[in-house]
Amino acid sequence: MAAKNLPPTYDHIAKHEVFPETTHDERARYNFLANLNKHLAHVSQGNAVAFKNDVTPKFKEEHGRDFENKEELGDAMAKNLHYQTWSALRRCTMEMRQQAGRSMTYRQAAELTERVNKLNEGKDSLILNDEVSPPPYLLAVDNHLMPGSYHTELFDGDVSNAANYDGGLFVTTAGLLGKWSDGGGQAISQWVKENHPEFQPKRILDIGCGMGHNTLPIAKLFPDAEVIGIDTGRPMLRYGHARAMALGYENVKFMQVEASKMSFEDESFDWIQTTMFLHETGGKSIYNIMREIYRCLKPNGLTMHIEQPQYTDDMSLYEKWIRDWDAYNNSEPYWSKMHDIHPKELMEDCGFNGEYYMQIGAQAINDLDDGTQKADEPEDHGRSPIWNVFGAWKK
Amino acid sequence: MDNPIDYIGIAGNKPKGKRPYFFDDPAVERVLNITMAISMELAVARERVDTLERLLEDKGILTREEIKNYTPANKEIETERQQWHSEYISRILRVIQQSMEEIANPDKTLEEIADDIDQM
Repeated sequence: MAAKNLPPTYDHIAKHEVFPETTHDERARYNFLANLNKHLAHVSQGNAVAFKNDVTPKFKEEHGRDFENKEELGDAMAKNLHYQTWSALRRCTMEMRQQAGRSMTYRQAAELTERVNKLNEGKDSLILNDEVSPPPYLLAVDNHLMPGSYHTELFDGDVSNAANYDGGLFVTTAGLLGKWSDGGGQAISQWVKENHPEFQPKRILDIGCGMGHNTLPIAKLFPDAEVIGIDTGRPMLRYGHARAMALGYENVKFMQVEASKMSFEDESFDWIQTTMFLHETGGKSIYNIMREIYRCLKPNGLTMHIEQPQYTDDMSLYEKWIRDWDAYNNSEPYWSKMHDIHPKELMEDCGFNGEYYMQIGAQAINDLDDGTQKADEPEDHGRSPIWNVFGAWKK
Repeated sequence: MDNPIDYIGIAGNKPKGKRPYFFDDPAVERVLNITMAISMELAVARERVDTLERLLEDKGILTREEIKNYTPANKEIETERQQWHSEYISRILRVIQQSMEEIANPDKTLEEIADDIDQM
């Protein structure tokens, strides 16, 4: 049997000193879930078929016209049994992934905290600030169904959800982000290095860095730069900092700073990056954050933002609608709303010169790809590591 | 340091926001969720058995060929194994057994029994 498109087994994920311990059965559970995720990407192809062969003809017969908006289309699809089945299974899979990861990390919560504290003790590269609380858009929802989100500590020093996030990304993406789950950070740092070799950033900011998985590849490729990751989730920062220490990074700092009111001086960074962050913010905050980015960026500085593919005019109504599935059913609600904003206009409104705006496509750099991870997989809308990257030079 | 967390309860917590149900009858979806969890646990057990077989083979204790060709050596083993299947299936299909008993022997509701007992 020719094995094709099988996800790598969980034991290929890279470990570090604060990575949660896994038992045989916990790894097996993740193997099952990674395979189930891959399988469901195939099942999702049936939605397009059902839409074309069943749902659309029925709608046209009833209304004498085609769909006019996403809501109409969604209402009609919601009645389709294949869509119902796929949706129910996908939601179920996400919940199972959270439960599997959280039972694994919370059972060793105390040990994780001890290991993290040991690595963080006495280090001035972790700067927490009691005055900074999570912004309302993070308190309103548990993004991607992780109960307690990035900020909740069930006891003093709890990092369980951060460890759960670290351990589980591999499962949700079926290993496509690489063994350090850092395919996004690797892609953007290599793009910058290859396309702008003259650009030598000395100070780099990664906003919404979480546990720093996409911050570290930047620090690695730009070893002479000081790289600062900011977030409001203390467990993420503590865990991320310990993770970076365990991996031997010396040019990174983790700080508890809110993106829409940053404590940094004007024009103090050469490069400000966000990776899969803006779609987890809010409709007003995204402007405040972009204005802060403009303020903190040095002249001739660069800002880049890795996000989900943009909804374009030539994208079908169906595709726009199916891409919204995760927004509502995997609890990332701003994802859908953010598509109403054009990134270029967002940046122009916040001070950037549209002449220096750019948009590129990017795909995760996957160091786990052994040739069996073929790209002929159906695109799993909202999961495939194929991104839109937009940004600008500040000129 | 003792684990301060009731990890089993915490692991299954609900995230914020009303849970979407996709099937017309949410009960169907609940059953699906339970079935998928069981499917996962079966896969986990299967992987564990595979691990055991490979370790035993590596240590020269048995070969997987032997497992493949295994048949019960006597009636006692056959009975034990068939008994296990029978009990396992009865456990899984308990709800059907009970509905059959109900059909054969229509019963009073507990409210009716409570009223009866009230008179006893």
